[in-house]
Amino acid sequence: MANITIDEKVCKGCGLCANACPKNVISLSKHRMNANGYFVAEKVNPQNCIGCAFCAIMCPDCAIEVEK
Amino acid sequence: MSKILLHGTEAICEGAIRNGCRAFFGYPITPQNEVPEYMSVYMPKVGGVFVQAESEVAAINMVYGAGGAGVRAMTSSSSPGVSLKQEGISYIACARIPCVVVNIMRAGPGLGGILPAQGDYFQATKGGGHGDYHLIVLAPSSVQEACDFTYRAFDLSDKYRVPAMILADGMIGQLMEPVELPPMRPLSDIPKKDWATDGGYGEDRRVLNSLIIKPEELEPHVNELKKTYDLIAENEKLCEKYMTEDAEIILTAYGTVARICKSAANILRKQGIRAGVIRPITLYPFPSEAFSEAAETAEAFLSVELSLGQMIEDVRLAVNGKKPVYFYGRTGGNVMDEEEVVKAAKNALLKVRAGE
Amino acid sequence: MAKVFTKTKMLTDVHMHYCPGCTHGIVHRLVAESIEELGLQDKAIGIAPVGCAVFAYDYFNCDMQEAAHGRAPAVATGIKRCLPDRLVFVYQGDGDLASIGMAETVHAAARGEHITIIFINNSIYGMTGGQMAPTTLIGQKATTCQNGRDPAVNGYPIRVCELLATLDAPYYIERVSTQDVKHVLAAKKAIKKALRFQAEGRGYSFVEVLVSCPTNWHMKPVEALRFMAEETSRTFPLGVFRDKSEGREEK
Repeated sequence: MANITIDEKVCKGCGLCANACPKNVISLSKHRMNANGYFVAEKVNPQNCIGCAFCAIMCPDCAIEVEK
Repeated sequence: MSKILLHGTEAICEGAIRNGCRAFFGYPITPQNEVPEYMSVYMPKVGGVFVQAESEVAAINMVYGAGGAGVRAMTSSSSPGVSLKQEGISYIACARIPCVVVNIMRAGPGLGGILPAQGDYFQATKGGGHGDYHLIVLAPSSVQEACDFTYRAFDLSDKYRVPAMILADGMIGQLMEPVELPPMRPLSDIPKKDWATDGGYGEDRRVLNSLIIKPEELEPHVNELKKTYDLIAENEKLCEKYMTEDAEIILTAYGTVARICKSAANILRKQGIRAGVIRPITLYPFPSEAFSEAAETAEAFLSVELSLGQMIEDVRLAVNGKKPVYFYGRTGGNVMDEEEVVKAAKNALLKVRAGE
Repeated sequence: MAKVFTKTKMLTDVHMHYCPGCTHGIVHRLVAESIEELGLQDKAIGIAPVGCAVFAYDYFNCDMQEAAHGRAPAVATGIKRCLPDRLVFVYQGDGDLASIGMAETVHAAARGEHITIIFINNSIYGMTGGQMAPTTLIGQKATTCQNGRDPAVNGYPIRVCELLATLDAPYYIERVSTQDVKHVLAAKKAIKKALRFQAEGRGYSFVEVLVSCPTNWHMKPVEALRFMAEETSRTFPLGVFRDKSEGREEK
């Protein structure tokens, strides 16, 4: 069991998290934008998360918390 | 207390050390080399810091760091070196870091010459670097004052969080005179700084910064600086008046030149011309009132400077057209003698009486 | 479930202003985490540069001074000499450190100041809009060398780690990268080591971190990571250039 929480207010939609994720848990939204106009990162396959925190390690904005 | 014979630069160092200066950063340039040399020996003896920086630019930024960390810090240089420091001084003025900058002026412009001059008056009193700011500028005219004014500069700079400058010509720097040194002030006696970035405040962290990128924040900040300058002008103006009450002509000069003017005034008095001297001690804030008062009774003013005429602009502003203001100056490292000043004063009186 | 990754308290809650995908933010986090993990938060005083990281004083949760362009090592010298028991860290970009501030950089290193310098190399002037930096790669385009850096006109990029490694005083010099997870973890190790060495009173420590600039490289963030891995790190090879704790003087 593992889970990530993405702070969408802070997310800039750069996609470095999705690129780093080995399990395709994250993808950039094609529809949802935050107040700053960024298409935010969202969990598409949350059940696959292994809690490796690669996404958080690559996130330049400290927008991701990881639980395991 | 007994007096000891000291060099002007040494007196500056003693004034600093005795009022809690514990960090000095300098770079060699004539005619102030004795300041860093003296500090390299005596700073460590009082537990202070001495660094010979790689440039004047680095030295003033070391002052930024040390002063910002709450330590009484100083740097010294001479004209071309002080030009290099201007960037740092502007940042220091904006970030409101107290410190003392010593300028032992030499002749300019450019690399100029190494002999005494007063060509940095504009630079010292009008800001010097970019942006709206001022320094507190003190001009000693004896070795005793070189010590006392440096001592005082640290208190003024701390009190207002405005950098202070000792503006002395090369003569003051290189003169030897008897000096009575003030007692060594214990560091515990110096008020704590509740803004210093010395670490360990957690959430109440402190930041020293000169980037205020939002116009709605920068304008109030600059206005606050202006208020401080106004307050300094209200409280701290200093000048010496010498035989001004009945004077028909007022000679005005600062630093070494003021001493020459006093001699000239004495000679003029002996010849039946009532001359007096106003010697601004704080060049910023400029002691304007002394001039506006004297303008009520004197017939003319003569600004005597080792420059092409810089302080004369402030004298004219202070006299405000009430009486004519004349100029006599030497440059290039040449210093006038009292006879030259006597002649210039007589010429000035002739001119004013001829209605010129 | 237990939290295995949360934001360090050594960073404030202020949202960072960096462009999307710029890895400056990662380095901020690494520095902040390292300070917290070393238990040095009450000792830390940081110096922010001029350039993209100018607002770093808003992000690090400790006392900060903002220095003039290139002068951060001099400012740090002033602080550290007066307060030798504090942890003084400097954060500078390539224009700030290797161009306008090269004198301060070299001399602070030569004096062996007990400070830690984190040097961000993205081979471009970011804040001002993509001009050529002292670290711009041969052939790399910038707004002031629009056909790519030409050595005949613009000279060659400066390798700062290699240059500083010619000096006797530095205790630790390493170049790391933010190109992927593995390298970010290695960067963290280097930064933490550099800060620890300072805290242990060992001397001058310097970590150069390769960082991407998707905006001014005109690349997508992921593409920029690839550029760093394939191009930037060819001109600027990663590795330890000095580690006196291991008796390593030269690479």
